[in-house]
Amino acid sequence: MKENMRDKLLEIKEIALDRIEKISELEEVEQLRVKYLGKKGDLTSVLRDMGKLAAEERPIIGQVANEIRDELEDAIASVKGKLTEELKRNRINKEKIDITMTTNKKKLGHKHPLLATIEELEDLFISMGFSVVVGPEIETVENNFDALNSPENHPSRDLSDTFYITDDIVLRTHTSPVQIRAMKEMGAPLRIVSAGRTFRFDDVDDTHSPMFHQLEGLVIDENINMANLIHTLDIFIKELFGDDMKTRYRPHHFPFTEPSAEVDVTCLKCRGKGCTACNFTGWSMELLGCGMVHPKVLENCGIDSEKYSGFAFGMGIDRITMVKYGINDIRLLFENDNRFLEQF
Amino acid sequence: MLLPVKWLKDYIETDKDSRILADGLTLSGSHVESIINLNKGLENIVVGKILSLEKHPDADKLTICKVDIGKEVLQIVTGADNLQEGDYIPVAAVGSKLPGDIIIEKTNFRGVDSFGMLCSLKELGYSDNVIPKEMKDGIFVLDNEYPLGENIVTIMGLNNDVIEFEITPNRPDCLSIIGMARETSATFKIPLKKPIINIENEVEDIKDYVDSIEVPSNNCNRYYARVIKDVNIKPSPLWMQTRLMEAGIRPISNIVDITNFVMLEYGEPLHAFDLDKVEGKKIIVREAKEGEKILTLDEAERELSASDLIIADEKQPIGIAGVMGGFNSEITNNTKIVLLEGANFNQRSVRLTSKRFGLRTEASTRFEKGIDPNLSQIAVDRVCQLIEEIGAGVVVKGDIDIYKDVKKETAIDLRPNRVNKLLGINISTEEMISYLNGLGLESRLEEDLIKVNIPTFRLDLKIEADLIEEIGRLYGFHNIESKPLIGTLTRGEKPYGRRIEDRTKNILQGLGLNEVMTYSFISPKAYDKIKLPEGSPLRKYIMLINPLGEDYSVMRTTLIPNMMELLSRNYNRGVEQCSVYEIGNSFISKSLPIEGLPIEKKILSIGIYGNKDFFDLKEIVDKTLGRLGIKEIEYIREENNTSFHPGRTAKLIHDGEEIGILGEIHIDVLENYDIKERVYIAQLDFNKIVEKTNLEIKYKPLPKYPAMMRDLALVVNENILVGDIQKIISKHGEGLIEKIELFDIYTGDQIPEGMKSVAYSITYRSYERTLRDDEVNNIQESIIKDLENTFDAKLRS
Repeated sequence: MKENMRDKLLEIKEIALDRIEKISELEEVEQLRVKYLGKKGDLTSVLRDMGKLAAEERPIIGQVANEIRDELEDAIASVKGKLTEELKRNRINKEKIDITMTTNKKKLGHKHPLLATIEELEDLFISMGFSVVVGPEIETVENNFDALNSPENHPSRDLSDTFYITDDIVLRTHTSPVQIRAMKEMGAPLRIVSAGRTFRFDDVDDTHSPMFHQLEGLVIDENINMANLIHTLDIFIKELFGDDMKTRYRPHHFPFTEPSAEVDVTCLKCRGKGCTACNFTGWSMELLGCGMVHPKVLENCGIDSEKYSGFAFGMGIDRITMVKYGINDIRLLFENDNRFLEQF
Repeated sequence: MLLPVKWLKDYIETDKDSRILADGLTLSGSHVESIINLNKGLENIVVGKILSLEKHPDADKLTICKVDIGKEVLQIVTGADNLQEGDYIPVAAVGSKLPGDIIIEKTNFRGVDSFGMLCSLKELGYSDNVIPKEMKDGIFVLDNEYPLGENIVTIMGLNNDVIEFEITPNRPDCLSIIGMARETSATFKIPLKKPIINIENEVEDIKDYVDSIEVPSNNCNRYYARVIKDVNIKPSPLWMQTRLMEAGIRPISNIVDITNFVMLEYGEPLHAFDLDKVEGKKIIVREAKEGEKILTLDEAERELSASDLIIADEKQPIGIAGVMGGFNSEITNNTKIVLLEGANFNQRSVRLTSKRFGLRTEASTRFEKGIDPNLSQIAVDRVCQLIEEIGAGVVVKGDIDIYKDVKKETAIDLRPNRVNKLLGINISTEEMISYLNGLGLESRLEEDLIKVNIPTFRLDLKIEADLIEEIGRLYGFHNIESKPLIGTLTRGEKPYGRRIEDRTKNILQGLGLNEVMTYSFISPKAYDKIKLPEGSPLRKYIMLINPLGEDYSVMRTTLIPNMMELLSRNYNRGVEQCSVYEIGNSFISKSLPIEGLPIEKKILSIGIYGNKDFFDLKEIVDKTLGRLGIKEIEYIREENNTSFHPGRTAKLIHDGEEIGILGEIHIDVLENYDIKERVYIAQLDFNKIVEKTNLEIKYKPLPKYPAMMRDLALVVNENILVGDIQKIISKHGEGLIEKIELFDIYTGDQIPEGMKSVAYSITYRSYERTLRDDEVNNIQESIIKDLENTFDAKLRS
């Protein structure tokens, strides 16, 4: 009886192992497991006859049966593992895609290049301790000209230079009136920048637009001098255009500063080597205007010009934006062609 | 300002080349725009003499010349007809070169060989606007005998440079050769040699020739006149003609050329009248009578107005003061007696008149910037001297000088420590004084102060700071060593409104919108194009007095026209879709006509088209406001805004306050802008957005208990708004509704006409416990009951 049972068990094992080895589909694995190892499986049904064995034979057969069960389970696990692995590999192999394709479903908005430049410049000055202030686009003649020491007969006041709303109200021709407002409201000391829209009677062409943009800065304190002005603007220009930038401070004339200077910087196109863009001078001309605040302007705003001195600077953002991105026509900035905007 | 370097060197002894002069002057404040070499590419053009002229046998218009160029005699065929035997002319022989890399070759004109060509001024490289009229079409005939074969470049001084300067408006004194020589002298520390004015021979008396000069006008501070008799009009000598041409002025004849020469030399515009043509020998400087007429030198008849200052004789105007002379008293070849005028006219008066006539001349550009009245006499006397030297006439003794407000030298005190303090340098008092003296500002130290004498030619120097600038620019701004800012430590920051603006822009960009920027002024027609009703307050726009054309003539009160225009431009250029925004000002006048500054109201304007619908725009607006902490916005149907589609437009209400509008643009407006696609625009009051923005965020714990979901499908009248249904659902939620999602909305098959099916998925959750079926069911039931009662809704099974 004992031998008979052992033989049966061994036979089941042989057949089972043979079939397990031949499995090719993952589903079959479970079927075979149930068939041989399940509650109603072959192995179990043989073991049901265990009761018929002598008591001392039971542990021996039991041990054999356990060994066979272990062996079959291992075989099943290994086949299962192998097939699962194969299945994954097949899936991966089949799932190859053309990674050069793009769908372009996501849209990310673009900043306007000029407004982005303003933001960049403002941030730069903020990091240098300047505060941003804002002022209106429509200004009084008083703030736009008179308080800035602009001579009464100055051609810039003409109808052919400035847009008038009434005799006393204009579209501001520069951001400088914001300085006047800031000085009157906040007094000294002061460290501010202001950027925004400005307007002049210029017909539209490649480099002119009746509306354009400026950024203007002002520092008022005791003992402020021209050397401080140069230091501040040099830092700013290097930050904006690169460490290899050189500057050249050229005497110039503005009614609201004295002394006044224009700042040339290394030509951005040739980096100073000389090219057609800079007329072979190596300098990009007139990027900024600056100077020490005219004592009359300080006095006009109620600041003691003996105690305090200050410097101011201003620049055309449209030009800086154009130079920076190589834009050759100012109209592009105001046309808002989507294909232009999406380049920035 | 054109400065011929050779001319400059008459007053400044230097061998510095043009580049060095230009760089130095630029750094001391006279900005050089370019250096122009006068030789535009001439090679081997030489002086020749015409030996004989002979008609071409087969061509009427051609002449065969025999020309001696020293080493040989050439046969040259020319089309010019201004030549005579014995003329000295520029000759380009075979192999020589003209501007533009033109190499002269042997040619054959109807059977006659020509071994070169004779040159006109144009061919020598002079520009049309300076070539004397009578030489325009002909060969340039030299004024004298020159060595044959000599290079023309040497003879005409074409191996020199002209430096072009940009002169700032405060320095009218630099609009002259002597002014620039003074700058050069100060910059390079070379003494200035001014011409010494000396008239050898003066005859008779000016009173024999001029009856009187009267200056009733207040706009003429000085009128200085002299007379020249026995005038012999002819071309001025070549050296003077070339100087004028180099400085950009066309030579005319000796007398006129000399006045122009002195104008360039001293910066004082002068005029010469043919005295025989001055009626009554009287000069009156007065304002014109309204409607009075004058024929000016350019042979244009101009109608004068009462604000124009003129020079008149007994009968009529003979010149527009400081702008242009009159044709009737012009110097002609027959002129015998000349009256020379050196005057000082009011800047503003000249500027306005020149502007009104659109007539900007060498004289007017100088007068309008301001001229030292003391120059009038110096310049006229200098003209007399040159007339005498050249032999163009005889100087009459005496002058007539009406000088009202005599300009005197002034003085300014300068504190040396102030100079160093303001410039951030440390130089000695002696150095300061030497810079000032170099400029012709006599200075001396008196105790702690430098007393600076201001000559009348420096009208711009008024206060101490002006002198600090003079020292600074001669020391060289480029030599100032930069020093970091010290002083009050400040924290840089942006105003709150600007920070919210930046944040808003970032959100919009994240949502895929591009930023645009448009003009603050628009066309008044735009208000019609967007169908704004007649009485709309937005039509109370502010107008410019002097717009640059109608398109830019009024300040915008809404940003819709700009938006429509740019979307239309994109659409018509074939851009398939566009989603953009602008944050910009609109301008609202408190009263019209405007009193005081208007309100500048910031608007957030959003526009989209191309495969988009109302809900895309609404989502953009909702998400943007949501991210700014502006939640629970109510959308109220807006049917009365004529720019928008009445069925597809909403007003935005927050906290009972209107903050904007969004919707589909009316089809009529689309047609006005030539767009054949639906466009959606939002206009939000950005000032209110800034006010309402709430960036405070309080953390809410994550849910610990499971959610329960219930679906709700209803059939309701199609006019019922889902927003209203949702309000009822929320009302019964007892704080347990976490989310209401509309997942289907349907009309058509199986739904009765005029009805629609709406389906919601409602999520219930408590943060304190697990919900029970029955309590959720109760809520559902009360919702359904309310919907049935309120909207006559039918539950769909």
